[in-house]
Formats: sequence, structure tokens, C-alpha cells
Amino acid sequence: MTAPTLPGYPALPDISGHFGRFGGRFVPEALIGALDELDAAYRSAKQDPAFQEEFGGLLRDYAGTPSLLYSARRLSEKLGARILLKREDLNHTGAHKVRNVLGQALLAKRMGKKRVIAETGAGQHGVASATAAALLDLECVVYMGEVDTERQALNVARMRMLGATVVPVTNGSRTLKDALNEALRDWVASVQTTHYLLGTAAGPAPFPEIVRDFVGGIGIEARAQCLSQTGALPDAVAACVGGGSNAIGIFHAFVPDTDVRLYGFEAGGDGVETGRHAASITGGSAGVLHGARTYILQDEDGQTVESHSISAGLDYPGVGPEHSWLHDTGRASYTPVTDREAMDAFQLLCRTEGIIPAIESAHALAGAVKIIPVLRDELGREPVVLVNLSGRGDKDVHTAGAYFGILDQNETIVPEENL
Amino acid sequence: MIFTDKSTKKLVPYVTGGIVDGWADYVCAFADNGADAIEIGLPFSDPMLDGPTIQEASDRALANGTTLDGILRDLSKISVEVPLIVMTYANLAVRAGFCDRLAEAGIRGLIVPDAPLDEVGPIRDAANAAGLDLIPLAAPSTTADRRREITASAQGFVYAVTVLGTTGERDALDPAANALASSLRALTDLPVLLGFGVSTPEHAAAAVRDADGVVVASALMRRLMDGAGPDALGAVVGNIRKAI
Repeated sequence: MTAPTLPGYPALPDISGHFGRFGGRFVPEALIGALDELDAAYRSAKQDPAFQEEFGGLLRDYAGTPSLLYSARRLSEKLGARILLKREDLNHTGAHKVRNVLGQALLAKRMGKKRVIAETGAGQHGVASATAAALLDLECVVYMGEVDTERQALNVARMRMLGATVVPVTNGSRTLKDALNEALRDWVASVQTTHYLLGTAAGPAPFPEIVRDFVGGIGIEARAQCLSQTGALPDAVAACVGGGSNAIGIFHAFVPDTDVRLYGFEAGGDGVETGRHAASITGGSAGVLHGARTYILQDEDGQTVESHSISAGLDYPGVGPEHSWLHDTGRASYTPVTDREAMDAFQLLCRTEGIIPAIESAHALAGAVKIIPVLRDELGREPVVLVNLSGRGDKDVHTAGAYFGILDQNETIVPEENL
Repeated sequence: MIFTDKSTKKLVPYVTGGIVDGWADYVCAFADNGADAIEIGLPFSDPMLDGPTIQEASDRALANGTTLDGILRDLSKISVEVPLIVMTYANLAVRAGFCDRLAEAGIRGLIVPDAPLDEVGPIRDAANAAGLDLIPLAAPSTTADRRREITASAQGFVYAVTVLGTTGERDALDPAANALASSLRALTDLPVLLGFGVSTPEHAAAAVRDADGVVVASALMRRLMDGAGPDALGAVVGNIRKAI
């Protein structure tokens, strides 16, 4: 499969790492050299057929991509639309994240760095990082908020089995944003030997671009699969947005296809109006966090506000700068989905298709459920909606089991003392 | 200008604004014990360049309900002769009117550790329009080209970071620190001050063999959070003063 050409659309980020007014590199001076080194390594790798072949080979033979595009018949009937699921949940390690970590771990090797560090929320990126580190013989340290180590204990165990060191982060809100702070602090001190394997399309330039490009195969594959299966492009593409890597990964190839509507669904938590949410674009404002100017959740003084979501992977008070730009330009629409709506969609997919999605991905599906009637009215027919099923739900059985109250008290999923 | 000459060694102690009620008394004590300027940290929720001590100080200050307004109000009640400099992160510094509010409160300089040369332009413009010096940081990893650019656009003084790492006390001063200070001094007439991990009078004395002064933060804040009052902390500052 070859990449579609992207005619007539500005190549972003610009040379200074900005997407319009967003992006950039708001980092300590000590990190500038490392970002320059990473940028140079990436530019040269991009032009190097040997790198592309090695990356492509790992994606194909190890990660199991291209992932399937599955036409979900029962779900489609239920919703009155044709639903195409991009099955990133079937990738090795269970999510789209493996694409990014394989690319970055290869880059780390190319730069001669023997140690990688990563932050993780749901644990998917941590597991993927630990996996790539094991495969490519790199030392791996994963920073994870203490709250997340509790709600995602299975992934903590997986990372440790793979040989990674998991460091629970106990300061701040003890979630993803604090794990990111701690990883950045590690990197400032270890930058000469260590690559920061950033897990989402956020952070300082060139990370948003590198991550987008490494996960961009999602959209490239889905676009070609959709054309071959349906003879046309989809009417809409739906993805969940926390930091936004799976979303930018599926959106990017469709950005020039202006007839294809792009929908990003943010974690609405208890509802944006309650203040307990993680919807940085819908419920936030422009600011600077973790190295980039982007939409963030902040108070009137500019202090970051804690985010809330049932989904650890979306529980982050910022978003990748390219999403902020897509929002400002109107090319993509961003709306919130509440915990309840996401869990309804979670159950719907389990029962209609026999697929247990990650709670993150359930947000994308819940969003699709909401937009289908609107699209049907607009188009005067059943819409074709491509949903990025970015990850599988094995890691969420504890949370979902508790949410639905489907276990007796003595039917423990994870022994609490092992958390 | 914060500093107009290099004839004497400069001492810039730090305090986190709002860390305790009456925190401004520490500012007075520092001034009374030989500080040449005083750095006031405006706490930020995500201080990515700070080690455990300043993180803890920031968290405590924010938990106390500290705001920019409150800090500036506290400062308006004291009178010190030496320049006051604010250190804070970019998300606070990029907000509209931020530099004007600092200037109105008598602040003379601004340090934004996560706004490097590439991004600092709009912040520097706002600072200068308000009459504030924008003090840049340089690190041991900063290339020769960037050292030239940083010193050329520097105002007030140049803040040379002793180590690749976060703020915090250290057992010894990295030898790279003095080399960095020497290289920067050759590029500018402004004073070059070393900071990050300058923890003892001995460190300070070693630093000023090549630098024009030191910034001392974590060593003071740890003592403050352990209960040291303004007099005790002023004495610590006085001892460093004597050593340089």
C-alpha cells in the first residue's frame, strides 16, 4: 500500500515546529540539543530506505499491520449506518501505540541511545514501549501516575514481565500529566544517553510530527481499505482524543479529502458542564503545557486543572497541537463524550460484535453513535462511518467490571494486594 | 537594568511566593543579609524543570491558595532596595497583561525556564514593553552558536545552569559549570550567574572563581520547609555572601 499524495495542503508543522499558532518547543534550554538531534535523526531516517524497510518490516511481521478494516454488520444494522472498524485493537500489544514505539525505538538505536524512558496513562504506551525495548535490546523506564498504576494494574505487570522498570509517580494529581512531568525531568538529566519515547502526538517539536508520521499508517491503510471495500471514501472518520495520537494517525491521510468529515471525541467525564472532564479543546483554552502551545485545561491564573475521565488513556488536561490547529481551522470537529455514553457504547460493541474495546476507543464509538442521525439527515442516506478502534479492552476489565457491577464481591479480577 | 556592573560578585537567593504566610519577610531578610537581587518563584502546577524541593514548595504554595494577585499584594507591603525578579513557567508568562502586572508591582526582571530562545520572543517583547529585563538561561549542552545568540539578546544577567538536570541540592558543583560560565563571560559584558545545585558557601566560592555570582534556591527552600524562619534563613544567605 502506498501513501496517498496530499495535494494542495500546507505541510505542517512549519520549519520551527509550529502548527499555526500551536506547537513549538517550550522546553528548558538543556533539552534543545536533544530535540535538534532527534529532529536531524528523524529527517535522515525518513529519507533512508533501509530505515523505512526495517520499520515497515517490523510493522508487518511483528506488529501485525496493516490492521483489518472490519465492516461491523450487526452494529451497522443497529445504528442505521455502515460502520467500518479499523481494528488497531488486533495489533501486537493491543493498540495503535505499537506503531509509534517501534518507530521511535528504531530512532533511538539510530542515535546510539541505549536507554528509553516513557510516560503512560492507561499503560498501553508503557507496555508498547517495554515491548519495543525488549525487542530491540534497550533499557526501559516507564513513569506512570500512581492512580493509574492502581486502575491499570494488569499493564503494570505486563511492563515488568517485559523487563521494564515502572516508576509510580506520586506528585501532583498522580496521573498522566504528572508522569509526563517526571519523564521530562528524567530526560533533562539523562539526555545524553536516553531517548524520551513520548507516547502521543503532543509535547515539544518534533514529537507531534514524528508520532503522527509513525502512526500515520492507520489512516493510509484505512483509506485504501475503505476504497477497496466500499468503492468510496467514508463520509466520516471518528476517533477518541486524549493526547490524540490515534486520532491524528487516522485523520492525517484524510485531511486533504475535504468531503470526509473528521470527528475527534474528547473525554467528557461527568459532563463538561460539571468541570469534571478531560475535554481540552471543548472545555479548555490555549496555553502552554509539556512543551507546546495547545489547548489545555487551566484556571484563570494559568494553573493546570486536573482532568477527569473513566478512561486513563484520555485523562490528560492537554491535547496534541495539530488537533488544536485542526480545530481552529475547522477541518476537524471536536466534541465531548461522557463516561456514561462511552460505557454504553462499550457494552453495545461487546454485545453486537463480540469485541471488547478499550474504554478510550469506546469514546470514538459513542461519538459515532451521536453523529449518525445528524449525518443521515444531512446526506439523506445511511452514512459510512470509519471508527478507529484504537485498542482492546483487556486492560479495562477491572474498571468495566466494576462499572457494570457484573462481578460478585468474591469474584476478584485482580488481587488487590498485587496492585 | 538589574545589574549594571561586574565589579562585585552577585548573590541572588530565591523564595517561592506564598510558600507560607508572611513569606515576604524572607525577602526582607535576604535583602538585609547581602542579596544583590531576589528571585521570587511564582508557583506553577507543572514545574518540569524543578526537582523535589521546589516542586514541594510550589505544591505547598498552591495548596495554600497562592495566586499571582496574592503574591504581588504581599510584595506591595514590603520595601526592599534590591531588584526583585520573578521566575515562572511559560503558561503563566504568556498570559495577556502578565508583564504589566509584574512591572506595576515593582518587579524588575523575569526568568521563564521553559521559554528557550526559539519561543521567548513574544515574552521578551512584552517584558521589555513593561520595562522588565528578560533573563535567559544557558545550559552546558547549549551550542556555541546558541551561546552567542543567548548572550547577545540577554538582559539583566545571564543565568548559567550548572548541570544537565533539574533544580535541587547537590553534593558537589559540576566542573562543567565553571567552564560554561567562562565561555559565556567571554561573550557578554553582563554578569553571568551560576545556578542549580549551588548548595553551600563552598559551592558558591568555587562558582564565583569563574562566574560573576550565584543563584541559590533549593538549599534555602529545604531549610524554609524544615521550619527555618526569616532570621535563620537570612543568616544562611549571609554566610554565602561572606564566602563570595
